[in-house]
Amino acid sequence: MREKILSYIETNSRVDLHDLAVMLGTDEVTVMNELEAMEQEHIICGYHTLINWEKAGIEKVTALIEVRVTPQRGMGFDKVAERIYNYPEVDSVYLISGGFDFMVTLEGKTLRDISEFVSDKLSPLDSVLSTKTNFILKKYKDHGTVMAEQRKDERELVSL
Amino acid sequence: MRNPLSKTIVTIEPSGIRKFFDIVSEMKDAISLGVGEPDFDTPWKVRDEAIYSLERGRTFYTSNAGLKELKVEIANYLYRRFDLEYDYAKEMLVTVGGSEAIDIALRTMLDPGDEVLIPQPSYVSYLPCTVLAGGTPVVIDLKEENQFRLTAEELEAAITDKTKILILPFPNNPTGAVMEKADLEAIAKVVEKHDLFVLSDEIYAELTYLDNHVSFASLPGMKERTVLINGFSKSHAMTGWRLGYACAPAEIIEQMLKIHQYAIMCAPTTSQYAAVEAVKNCDEEVAQMREEYNARRRYLMHRFREMGLQCFEPFGAFYVFPSIQEFGMTSEEFATEFLNRKKVAVVPGTAFGDCGEGFLRISYAYSLDNLKEALDRMEEFVLELRQERSEK
Repeated sequence: MREKILSYIETNSRVDLHDLAVMLGTDEVTVMNELEAMEQEHIICGYHTLINWEKAGIEKVTALIEVRVTPQRGMGFDKVAERIYNYPEVDSVYLISGGFDFMVTLEGKTLRDISEFVSDKLSPLDSVLSTKTNFILKKYKDHGTVMAEQRKDERELVSL
Repeated sequence: MRNPLSKTIVTIEPSGIRKFFDIVSEMKDAISLGVGEPDFDTPWKVRDEAIYSLERGRTFYTSNAGLKELKVEIANYLYRRFDLEYDYAKEMLVTVGGSEAIDIALRTMLDPGDEVLIPQPSYVSYLPCTVLAGGTPVVIDLKEENQFRLTAEELEAAITDKTKILILPFPNNPTGAVMEKADLEAIAKVVEKHDLFVLSDEIYAELTYLDNHVSFASLPGMKERTVLINGFSKSHAMTGWRLGYACAPAEIIEQMLKIHQYAIMCAPTTSQYAAVEAVKNCDEEVAQMREEYNARRRYLMHRFREMGLQCFEPFGAFYVFPSIQEFGMTSEEFATEFLNRKKVAVVPGTAFGDCGEGFLRISYAYSLDNLKEALDRMEEFVLELRQERSEK
């Protein structure tokens, strides 16, 4: 049941609970209890909204920063990650396999916001060896959703 | 000038669905619940294979019976999903949709005067295809009290010494009815007793919500008597690719292949290459679509219950078939009035046979938002009609 609820609300967290219960063939109380429990257990970590900022006419700059670090004795990467993710302007921090260690994503109003963060805060950290900043030029698809216009129903009328 | 038309063709009625929907296309902001095809796109990896096959210049004909690679994969699939064993080389033919398979199977097996039993309500093409093949259609009216399943008694009652073929259209369009194993076993006994052949149209086999679909051909002794029809349109959301197949005893396939090769040559090559991917690697995508249809099906049934509208619970395809008998209107009157007042298009049950009178076909191959809006309007409409009736 949990997996079904999660896979449904992952793309539509505003679904009517009553409708969701009907569609999953259960009752509203069960769905509500499961949701509450999963919020408590931090399985559900939030109900965010996917926004096309460009369409809203609001300028945003997003950067993907590749970071190489020295892991700390006894703490591995976790302690370094914490130093980075505690900055509120940081959106996400992932530990990555391959040519670098962390992928840090960051949203700012201008290029300058981002470059200031990198030069003033991120690079000076003791464990950070190097950074490489990539700016996103255009978002085509985000969180499984294509950002372009929604398509119309083009099915034609046939005899069946 | 002489009459250019054959006497047979002019006796055939155009499809009732078509007629009704020409009005809809003229109407602004009408919502349709009429379309009988999936609202999903074909899975991307299938489309990708098609593009790749075009890039590679695979634009030739395939062998008449279909691409070997595809037939091998279909045989694997039928075994994996429905416990069927077919020899891809001798017992299988890839066709232009399930529709072509229905047509050429009937043409292959019928002589003038042979009777074909057609349970209705059902898909619109069995009857005209029977007539065009020179057979005589005999309709069996299915009943809501039996959940629109075919019973052995109904079958027995329709059999004469001229009966040759029984059409078994389950999971069913338009009712959504399914036949479970025990139902099919009862039919199989009658089929054996009267030495009949069965054309089992299992195009909706992947869309069942109770148990896994049981193929009629998988019952003991029935493979020899069955032409199994299936395809990719409904299961893999591939209607526009026009690709289906027939599986049957070699002597039937051999003769069907003659009509196919002279009339069609071969099914579209690009579609066949795409279908290899569909049938080989898309079980998960199919399951996801089934899950989504099932959620919508539950939602619709719930809304009907709330409206107090009588509807038996269907466990297959993507249709529900509610009854509107309480309103004292014909299906066509109801559908027309519903369209005019609330701008929602549904198909009158009579489009699928006279015994569909008093019912509507509602397709749930639509997004939940679309269904919600349409059902809200239906609720208003039903309440208005009840109000008007009580005032009379």
